[in-house]
Amino acid sequence: MNEKRRSSAVEKLPTGISSFDLIAEGGLPKNRTTLVSGTAGSGKTVFAVQFLAAGIRDTDESGVFVTFEESPDDIRKNVLGFGWDLAQMEADGKLAFVDASPTPDTPPTESGSYDLGGLLARVENAVRKVGAKRVSVDSLGAVFSQFSAQSVIRHELFRLASALKALGVTAILTAERTEDYGAIARFGIEEFIADNVMVLRNVLEAEKRRRTIEILKFRGTDHQKGEFPFTIHGEGGMIVIPLSAMQLRQKSSNVRISSGNDDLDGMCDGGFFRDSVILLSGATGTGKTLTVTQFLQGGAERGERGLLLAFEESRDQLFRNASGWGFDFEKMEEDGMLRVVCEYPEVAGLEDWLIEIKRVIEEFKPHRVALDSLSALERMGTIKAYREFVIGLTSFLKHQEVTGLLTSTTSALMGGTSVTEGHISTLTDSIILLRYVEMYGEMKRGITVLKMRGSTHDKDIREFTIDGSGMHIGRPFRHVTGILAGAPVHLSPADVERVWTNVDRDMERRAGQI
Amino acid sequence: MAKYLLKLYVTGHTPRAAVAIDNLRRICEDDLGGRYDLEIIDVLKHPQLAEDEKVLATPTLIKSLPPPLRRVIGDLSDKEKVLLGLDVRAGLNVEGDEE
Repeated sequence: MNEKRRSSAVEKLPTGISSFDLIAEGGLPKNRTTLVSGTAGSGKTVFAVQFLAAGIRDTDESGVFVTFEESPDDIRKNVLGFGWDLAQMEADGKLAFVDASPTPDTPPTESGSYDLGGLLARVENAVRKVGAKRVSVDSLGAVFSQFSAQSVIRHELFRLASALKALGVTAILTAERTEDYGAIARFGIEEFIADNVMVLRNVLEAEKRRRTIEILKFRGTDHQKGEFPFTIHGEGGMIVIPLSAMQLRQKSSNVRISSGNDDLDGMCDGGFFRDSVILLSGATGTGKTLTVTQFLQGGAERGERGLLLAFEESRDQLFRNASGWGFDFEKMEEDGMLRVVCEYPEVAGLEDWLIEIKRVIEEFKPHRVALDSLSALERMGTIKAYREFVIGLTSFLKHQEVTGLLTSTTSALMGGTSVTEGHISTLTDSIILLRYVEMYGEMKRGITVLKMRGSTHDKDIREFTIDGSGMHIGRPFRHVTGILAGAPVHLSPADVERVWTNVDRDMERRAGQI
Repeated sequence: MAKYLLKLYVTGHTPRAAVAIDNLRRICEDDLGGRYDLEIIDVLKHPQLAEDEKVLATPTLIKSLPPPLRRVIGDLSDKEKVLLGLDVRAGLNVEGDEE
């Protein structure tokens, strides 16, 4: 650590786990050993196998798996579901196991001093046999439980680590820890054996399991800091969600697209920007789903594909509502202009949703994405996980130059804000509010464009109505104040006149000063 | 009585390997009455044999016959433990001071 080496001094080996390479800023330090520590079930073995499988698949680098815990047969079976056919890789001479798992026989009797010379010879033999560039050792803690002379084992593990370096391989050593936040590894020496340390966590937060990966240290080279959420996907294994590794390098577009409603386009000075993310907030029944429907329909009319992620209503409900407003979702789907993903948010964790949404977007390549509603996802985990989800989603949409319309339901009927707005308003480019306005014993609806980055927009709160042909935006509420606060107060025309006159005078005075 | 089939896995010509071989030969002559076949295997020269037998520690002594299969690891300096580990004490020595 004292050496002032530049990051270029330590070469990195791209692991082939692309999302991991992003947070590791290129991959694992080459020809070095990296400790991967984690509690039971945190994904150590999956990562260790994936590291080898990715090497064999992507870069044709052979691997050796040293197992102290599970038998090779169990491992082969367990990872087959991820699409890694280890038996085939072994048959191709790309992979070799060193089976150091405990045998069911009587444990050996110890008489006098010994070392792990047999193991070292076997590892070296396996590395030479397949010409391995990568080695995974799973797990160090299990070695200790097989022998009684702990100090000998410590020393022998150091020997193993240096032997691996001498062989010129990049190695992963896994180790157990008893707590997600505590000592790095159980025996207290594992982290000194390896050059680099990573921690996998599987924390119970608000009744949900949340997996994170943290690179604690990479000797002599850079990496992203802090915990990154990841998920273990049925196909393909670990996928890291590299939040802070995403850069604000999105191109900004001046191209405007229609919101699907001419009146609303007018309020937005000609429409939404093409690569912007718009937050639409309103109480239940204010017309959010209608705005979403118009947005998708407007796209389809102009030859732009739309993706609807619906977490609140069933497919049937959505299609019926759309036809009630005169839109034919079924035809749009047939024409390939629309895809609807309709699920209960609870079927997957937030990290999994993010990955699934990205997958659908990459496959369908929509121009417009609408998510109805974010609030349904709020209850899926902690505020932190939720915020990370929104950051991940919005930055991905911008990268793909897709227009995103995200809805959020406010809890109060009148006025009000939601958790969503508090946490994500800074992440969105535009905010549109739909609000109820109580006037003389009647509920009216109001719409206003609260913010629109990089554009002028209508500052009025306008009344709008919904009928069989959709949304119609009318005149501003001139005689009401306090709509957004949820306490509308009606003013007489004389009051309004006085207020505006004062404003005009004030502006004239200021203009005079300039 | 059948012969003992013994294999001793060592790492090259280290002092520890030499000690283990000496100790084992003495035990074989003194306590097994010379009825044994002993093979000494250098894991550096024959790593695949170590792989096949899943040898981790060296020296490792494996008794494959008569059954059951037994393993003793270490330089075999503690004779009592070696005999106990090989499961041969009771049958051969009438003095039989168990553990």
